Amino acid sequence: MNRIVVGAHYGLKDWLVQRVTAVVMALYTLLMIVAVPTAAGGYDGWRALMSHGLIRFASFVFIVCLCYHAWVGVRDIWMDYVKPTAVRLILHALTLLALVGYAGWATQIIWRL
Amino acid sequence: MTRNIQFKIYRYDPDKDAKPYMQDISVEIDATDRKLLDVMVKLKAKDDSIAFRRSCREGVCGSDALNINGKNGLACLTAIDDLPTDKPIVLRPLPGLPVIRDLIVDMTQFFKQYHSIKPYLINNDPPPERERLQSPEDREELNGLYECILCACCSTSCPSFWWNPDKFVGPAGLLAAYRFIADTRDQATSERLDDLDDPYRLFRCHTIMNCVDVCPKGLNPTKAIGKIKDMMVKRAI
Amino acid sequence: MAAKYAIRKFDAVIVGAGGAGLRAAIQLSEAGLKTAVISKVFPTRSHTVAAQGGVAASLGNSEEDHWHWHMYDTIKGSDWLGDQDAIEFMCRKANEVVVELEHYGMPFDRTDAGKIYQRPFGGHMSNFGEKPVRRSCAAADRTGHAMLHAMYQRNVKANTQFFVEWQALDLIRDAEGEVLGVTAMDMETGEIVVFHAKATIFATGGAGRIFHSSTNAFINTGDGLGMAARAGIPLEDMEFWQFHPTGVAGAGVLITEGVRGEGGILRNSQGERFMERYAPNAKDLASRDVVSRAMVTEINEGRGCGPNKDFVLLDITHLPPETIMKRLPGIHEIAVQFAGVDALKEPIPVVPTAHYQMGGIPTNYHGQVVMPQGNSQNAVVPGFYAAGECACASVHGANRLGTNSLLDLLVFGKSAGESAVEELKKSPKAHKELHQESIDKTLERLARLDEQKGGASVHDTRLTLQRTMQNHCGVFRFADKLKEGVQKILDVQKDVQRTEIKDKSKVFNTARIEALELDNLIEVAVATMVSAEARKESRGAHVRDDAPDTAANPNGRDDKNWLKHTLWFKEGNRLDYKSVKLTPLTVESIALKTRAY
Repeated sequence: MNRIVVGAHYGLKDWLVQRVTAVVMALYTLLMIVAVPTAAGGYDGWRALMSHGLIRFASFVFIVCLCYHAWVGVRDIWMDYVKPTAVRLILHALTLLALVGYAGWATQIIWRL
Repeated sequence: MTRNIQFKIYRYDPDKDAKPYMQDISVEIDATDRKLLDVMVKLKAKDDSIAFRRSCREGVCGSDALNINGKNGLACLTAIDDLPTDKPIVLRPLPGLPVIRDLIVDMTQFFKQYHSIKPYLINNDPPPERERLQSPEDREELNGLYECILCACCSTSCPSFWWNPDKFVGPAGLLAAYRFIADTRDQATSERLDDLDDPYRLFRCHTIMNCVDVCPKGLNPTKAIGKIKDMMVKRAI
Repeated sequence: MAAKYAIRKFDAVIVGAGGAGLRAAIQLSEAGLKTAVISKVFPTRSHTVAAQGGVAASLGNSEEDHWHWHMYDTIKGSDWLGDQDAIEFMCRKANEVVVELEHYGMPFDRTDAGKIYQRPFGGHMSNFGEKPVRRSCAAADRTGHAMLHAMYQRNVKANTQFFVEWQALDLIRDAEGEVLGVTAMDMETGEIVVFHAKATIFATGGAGRIFHSSTNAFINTGDGLGMAARAGIPLEDMEFWQFHPTGVAGAGVLITEGVRGEGGILRNSQGERFMERYAPNAKDLASRDVVSRAMVTEINEGRGCGPNKDFVLLDITHLPPETIMKRLPGIHEIAVQFAGVDALKEPIPVVPTAHYQMGGIPTNYHGQVVMPQGNSQNAVVPGFYAAGECACASVHGANRLGTNSLLDLLVFGKSAGESAVEELKKSPKAHKELHQESIDKTLERLARLDEQKGGASVHDTRLTLQRTMQNHCGVFRFADKLKEGVQKILDVQKDVQRTEIKDKSKVFNTARIEALELDNLIEVAVATMVSAEARKESRGAHVRDDAPDTAANPNGRDDKNWLKHTLWFKEGNRLDYKSVKLTPLTVESIALKTRAY
């Protein structure tokens, strides 16, 4: 007998975080639309813009948000389509590792500029 | 004036068929056959083995939900003149639920989800002598919620319900859940919200809105789901 | 089909999960009895769901009202054929059962004070017939739907055990006349199970499908009446069928009397409000039989509307659109769907349509089934109860008032449940031994159907039955037509005995179910035709050409010879009569009077 047990109580938190992160990403996108045309042309101009303290901080927040947002979304896909628990757990772990890795890597790039 | 209507009907009788197939069949109809259900009754007079559910034939009992030319709806509320006649009308059982036979699906899972939300008024105060009072404004909150006929058109058109019929309550069940949350006479709002705060039960809804698109009663489960989420957020922050 | 069956034991079995069945089930489940509720459709698909206008109760939420006035109206509506003890019981219980329903969560509309909203309805008057009173408790025009769902929900809470999509086949009644349960078929698998019970409650609804044009659902095939008749129980007052004035012309779909309660008006082809001529006082809110006859008279006299002058118009275009959308949203929807008109702008074409069966399985006001035995006209059939449209208490007599049907199923569903609980608690006994003969008869009937070759088509036979009833036993009845009708319906009966189905599958065989339903329809049809032919007077919904309105017999009613209930017995197609109970429980009898609105 396969008993269905639900009631994990993290539904609201993740749903809310996904929405908040979406808003943050949208604001960052707006910021970029305004900021990029003001930057001087060429690699140096780009570099100056992205290494500016405020933009650097905003980019960092954006990356964290992107990864969290992606985590909820990708996890939902695994939950929908992958039924065996062990396989799903492995996929969750790999997703998590990949996202944490991406976040670290992206942050490193921004701070190296 | 009679005319001929062509059908392609999903047929499967586990008693004799190894697997499902599509049957081509046509029937003569006249001006009195206005709804798809009228025509299906004629079809059944021609071939008595075509199995489908029907009862009130006026869109309140919710028996004759099926998939008509790819879209869920009630046969009794579908006008035959609204269906294109240049190609056969394709009738299939509601998607996403096991087929018992022909156009009849096993709705156990659907009702299990409906039952899971405690679909009854919970009020632990001793019942008063007379009716509990409710203002017309408070009563109005229930409009668009209590009219559900449990036909399952919505839940069986919802991809989230297709993937997780055992864990996602589905639009019909969530509409019912909000019907009780919104009722000023109900005292179990917190428990109801607790019960739904789960990545599957409520939060599988990705606002695809197929439910709204197909509801034969013009109800809006997505809106009700949104209101449940609003209440949860208000409660949490 | 193999003659194999399983036996399951319950304290009580309820057949039917509409309003009456669910109300009885609440009583039994909450009393902790092991109860099975058998239904051929999922409970919320039962035909109670289609009731629209409301449920009567003298709550007096909008104006002064009293159960005694309600009782008077019901007796007058019944054309004095209703049993006054049962009517008093029902009207006194009305407030209690409606308030209970509200406590179950039913979403009644509300007055500004927050109380249950009430609207006027045909035949409901204040102060013993003076002027219309607001007595119908309503949830928009979806009262039946709201009520059925609320009661199903209450049963979910009470953990009632349902057998959904099971077709009850026959009553098990032993040689001593005691009822021991039913045989039933699981439609999904074709499996036969004997439900062995100490109490059996029938709440199987009406048989409106005996008529060709009917507001009733496909499932209203009188299964309980057929089962009772086959088991030797008589059917009471089957000649009385209510034709609802406002069925959508052509489609038969019901338009609630609540439309007229909210101010709707019937008009003929000349645009005349013709009810003023037939019922100067109550006008469009006269009793249903009166309005239906007026409509048919208008049509017969050439004042019908449309190309064939075969319908009249129900006009609500003068009402504020907000009122229509708030109080009658479902009617607006039905008019668009089934009449193709926008009721805000155009009148709705309507005709009288077969709607409700006043007769049924004879019961007393406790919900116990009764029949003549020895010296008693009303001896209790042990172990057998009935409530709702399938039963005849008799509260509706020769004509039912609108909103009294929902009240009937609440009051008598509850009272049948209570009587069964009381009986079971009073004498805790073991299950009596089953009666093999009853079971064998059912198995033979099933085997006959499966083996029949070269038989009659179920669809065609049913159609002939319905057309025969429609043409020979309609709103107006004619002596010669009735006589001819009896012969014709007995011919149909022969075809019913040799119906053939092509589909022999065990899995969800709806062809088999329809054939079995026809076995029940025919019992009701024969009972109706034979009872109607025999009653040589006009009373309530039964109006004959050879019993016209005379000074000696106003309205054609003949109290001297016909103030009595008909009992039809299947065996020998025999009629018997029993007296009407003219003595109420506590108040004085409502004296016989000519009925005028």
